[in-house]
Amino acid sequence: MASEAYAPRELMVSAAAAEIEDGDTAFVGMRLPLIAFQVAVSTHAPDSMAVYESGVVRDGPADGFIHTMCDLPNLNRAVSTTGMLDIMSRLQRGDVDVGFLGGAEVDRYGNLNTTRVRAGDREIRLPGSGGACDIACMAGRTVLLMPHESRRFVEEVNYVTSPGHADDGSGRENHPAPGGGPDALVTSKATFGFADGELFLRSVHPGVDREAMLADFPWEVRTAPEVGEGPVTTTPEPTAEELDLIRTFDPDGFWT
Amino acid sequence: MSAESSESLSDAVSRIPPGSSVATGLALEHAIPFAAGHELARQGVDDLTLIGPISDLLFDQLIGCGAVSRVRAAWVGNVSAGTGYRFREAVENDEIDVENHSNFSIALALRAGALGVPFLPTRSLLGSDVFAESDCFEAGTDPFGGEEVAYVPAIEPDWAIVHAQRASPEGDVHLWGNTGIVGPAVGAAENVLVTAEEVVDPETIHSDPSRTAITREQVSAVVECPWGAHPSPVAGHYNRDNEYYLRYHGATDTQAAFDEWADEWVYGVDDREEYMRGVDADLSITEPTVAAEVRYGQ
Repeated sequence: MASEAYAPRELMVSAAAAEIEDGDTAFVGMRLPLIAFQVAVSTHAPDSMAVYESGVVRDGPADGFIHTMCDLPNLNRAVSTTGMLDIMSRLQRGDVDVGFLGGAEVDRYGNLNTTRVRAGDREIRLPGSGGACDIACMAGRTVLLMPHESRRFVEEVNYVTSPGHADDGSGRENHPAPGGGPDALVTSKATFGFADGELFLRSVHPGVDREAMLADFPWEVRTAPEVGEGPVTTTPEPTAEELDLIRTFDPDGFWT
Repeated sequence: MSAESSESLSDAVSRIPPGSSVATGLALEHAIPFAAGHELARQGVDDLTLIGPISDLLFDQLIGCGAVSRVRAAWVGNVSAGTGYRFREAVENDEIDVENHSNFSIALALRAGALGVPFLPTRSLLGSDVFAESDCFEAGTDPFGGEEVAYVPAIEPDWAIVHAQRASPEGDVHLWGNTGIVGPAVGAAENVLVTAEEVVDPETIHSDPSRTAITREQVSAVVECPWGAHPSPVAGHYNRDNEYYLRYHGATDTQAAFDEWADEWVYGVDDREEYMRGVDADLSITEPTVAAEVRYGQ
């Protein structure tokens, strides 16, 4: 099953695709999730749907590379091309199962920052929320995707663009946001779950040194056995079929 | 107000005074009215408040041109490359005021404006700093069920600028593809400027009323402007020019570099026709989809 050489971001796409279950409605934003949905719907989740905040609704992959959700192949032969309020209404009603988010910073509760970060005494402005805050607040569950870099893992994010879980161990119970909150974090080195609203290590990507990878976090990251979630596993490599699909959907490796 | 029939882009834009609030880039990455935005910059219309959801590049360009005092938006940058350097630098140097929104909150604010109500409640925002650090939103309670909600106040822009596939000279507009928050913004705005790939006979509009997204009483000006959304895509007309976004990203990391870029692409051209002579990319639609025929009548 496992495959020839693959890029780290191809593994991330494969791992992100695995987070979409058959029958899910997935809220897809920018970058890697654009590819991940197309892989999922072409493999294990043929009855999944994608909604995009621009107003696009799709039930299958685009026939052509997409840089953005509004590239014409993503509009072509869509289920519908409507407006944002239609899509956000589904989200607010609780009809979106899973949403994808990225971030410059994440903390142990899955709070994400895409608004402004500090670099020494300088504050760097980032693009902002887009739809991320809405997805974070209201999706049934969220999957966070980011490169594995120690500067991204922080005790406290500089700005909560997209809220995670409450910091009292109650997850979303004592949190004002109605959605289920973060369910997984996929980095370029490992995957993580959330238990009682806090991050734990679920799997390590093939070839990654576990201790060095964990040392990138400023806190002691809990592991799956510590929270009763079975052993820490090795993240499955992308299958040959998945790699073939990823390279079809992103032929020049623009995103991957 | 109905449109004063088709007019030139420069005449239409000259009706937008400095200090206006302008909602644009409303269909997200699709059909962004770059031509109208560049004309605003050429005419030196400044002190603008820009309102929109994600603004893929256009806000960054207008900020770089010194046209902007305030931004009310969810995301400002370059979707192909991430950062918009002119936005970032202007914020870091405290040159513009930014009201941070989410996509849904800006949509709701404009919908409230369109509905003529002072605010709308949402279950989004709560627990975020978009909410906590904002002077814009208020916490509220559902008076019926008691649930905590966020109140989003109405926004009523002075102008909305929309790019569409086709419009009649009277201001009835067909657009297709995803529409983002075009509808709420057009409903909320005091004036609407429509740039269209084609200005068509009213009969064309009347042949397919289900496709009419904007009607004349909402529209103040209609301008025929082929390629008016380049480098963004327009369904049925042209694809996204991704390389253009990447080149912009590489060419605008300092104000001096941006000024050179703007001298070439904004100030150095008189109009969109001249601008397009500088674009060397095949964006043509190679596999057109023809929708199934729709029949109606009497």
